[in-house]
Amino acid sequence: MSLPAVEVRDLVMKYGEVTAVDGLSLSVEAGTVTAILGPNGAGKTTTIETCEGFRRPQSGVVRVLGLNPVTDARALRPRVGVMLQSGGAWVGVRAHEMLRHMASLYAHPLNVEALIERLGLGSCGTTTYRRLSGGQQQRLSLAMALVGRPELIFLDEPTAGLDPQARRATWDLIDELRGAGVTTVLTTHFMDEAEALSDQVYIVDAGRVIAAGTPAELVHAGEENTVRLVAEPSLDVTKLAASLPDGTIVHERQPGDYAIAGVVNPELLAGIAGWCADHGVLPRSISVHRQTLEDRFLELTGKALR
Amino acid sequence: MTEPTAGTLDFTPHPGAAPAAIMVRSQMLMELRLLARNGEQLLLTLVIPLLLLIMGTRSDAVVDLGPGRSIDIITPGVLALAVMSTSFTSLAIATGFERRYSVLKRLGAAPLPRWGLLLGKIGAVVVVETVQLIVLTSVARLVGWHPQGGWSALGWLVLLVLLGTAAFGSLGLLIAGTLRAEATLAVANLVYVLLLIGGGLLVPLTRYPGSTHRLLELLPSGALGEGLRDVFAGLNPDVSVVVVLTVWAVVAGGLASRTFRWE
Repeated sequence: MSLPAVEVRDLVMKYGEVTAVDGLSLSVEAGTVTAILGPNGAGKTTTIETCEGFRRPQSGVVRVLGLNPVTDARALRPRVGVMLQSGGAWVGVRAHEMLRHMASLYAHPLNVEALIERLGLGSCGTTTYRRLSGGQQQRLSLAMALVGRPELIFLDEPTAGLDPQARRATWDLIDELRGAGVTTVLTTHFMDEAEALSDQVYIVDAGRVIAAGTPAELVHAGEENTVRLVAEPSLDVTKLAASLPDGTIVHERQPGDYAIAGVVNPELLAGIAGWCADHGVLPRSISVHRQTLEDRFLELTGKALR
Repeated sequence: MTEPTAGTLDFTPHPGAAPAAIMVRSQMLMELRLLARNGEQLLLTLVIPLLLLIMGTRSDAVVDLGPGRSIDIITPGVLALAVMSTSFTSLAIATGFERRYSVLKRLGAAPLPRWGLLLGKIGAVVVVETVQLIVLTSVARLVGWHPQGGWSALGWLVLLVLLGTAAFGSLGLLIAGTLRAEATLAVANLVYVLLLIGGGLLVPLTRYPGSTHRLLELLPSGALGEGLRDVFAGLNPDVSVVVVLTVWAVVAGGLASRTFRWE
């Protein structure tokens, strides 16, 4: 196996009393797309900015393309594209001008006009940055990360503020980059984004990796299949589980909202309905779900994203 | 590997930094374009000095500058003001907002090294100052300024402007690198006004109360203003002028390089 493109081992980062990253480890294989998924404040940006060389690891090791992002910054900068979460351009600069300036800093930049067209920025060429919409600013920022033809790109919430169409276009672009051999590391708090785009997902919460794997592995490692029962709160979940086939797990996710995991088949549904009939419970709904990454996240952290 | 032709996009990695000279030139031109587009900055760097110069022809009606023709007294002060407005106020405000909007952070992730960014900024400041000095001295001549000192005065002008730029520029970066952008804006403008009125910049030190002379001579504004007035009166400026500007440049520059926060 070749050297990982990014390797983080036991990273700890604190801001005063607050621990933003608490012993986080991850590894990114070259040529793949890796998503760091988590709610706001999980430590995603701190982690990615440490990889970008903006912060020195307080404890732990960070290697990017085999190099130290702080001490080897000069060698890394041309090879690594960066998209900040916000800002990064002069308020008075025109979109094309900013991109041409970035291109001028690299030896073999992409064709600026073609890149502008590809990202749908053709219409706002002479618009100053402050007058661009949030989505246009995001796309310009993405273009700035790509223009130098980097080997590795770090994208901090690349689709935040984009409309669904632009989001889809960004996904397609990231897919194309993977095809061209570019390694992508992105942060997101969109489950569907992580699921659709990435080869590898790290679910991060409170500064730690709480689960890692391919989207399929992560989903299957959780409840295989789920029945959602909505009824009165505080049912006796232990007794309900005992009346169902062995290995069935029941838990009340929120008052009155029960997740029932196990082998989902008509007998299971009949069993649930029978238990409800025996106990005088009238369910408001019983539905069958294929578990998504979102369910998995909820299960792992006990909280919704954002 | 072939270079991409117009209209095609090949994302295959092909990293590399542009030559340093090209990066610095690009950064300098970028800064100049942004400056030229910013009306407030132009007001500060050209319009106010020009107005003061025109008023200078009749300044006796406003304030007594002392013996001699008022245009000859006020022109060196206006040149000093132009240097301060560009290298201090303008630079501090622009840099403060670059920090605020993560421009410095983003450029820090590009191949442009930090010294390249600084060189680009210095280059832009020097270009703007050159334009200012050419415009202001030309207009001053048109309204009757008679500079003394010949070529030696020109040599002193270049030296003092460079030293003044180093001193004021370091002070500007010290403020911009530590305070929030809004605070930088306020402080840079306040200092500009205070030094313009009370810093020995425009008005000769002899017109200030005697007890303040020593203090004013130690300010970069007093040193630069007084130095340029001596130069264009055909005198060699006092050695203290060079010392004061150099000390400010070294101390403020050292502090700025240690405290500057890029985001």
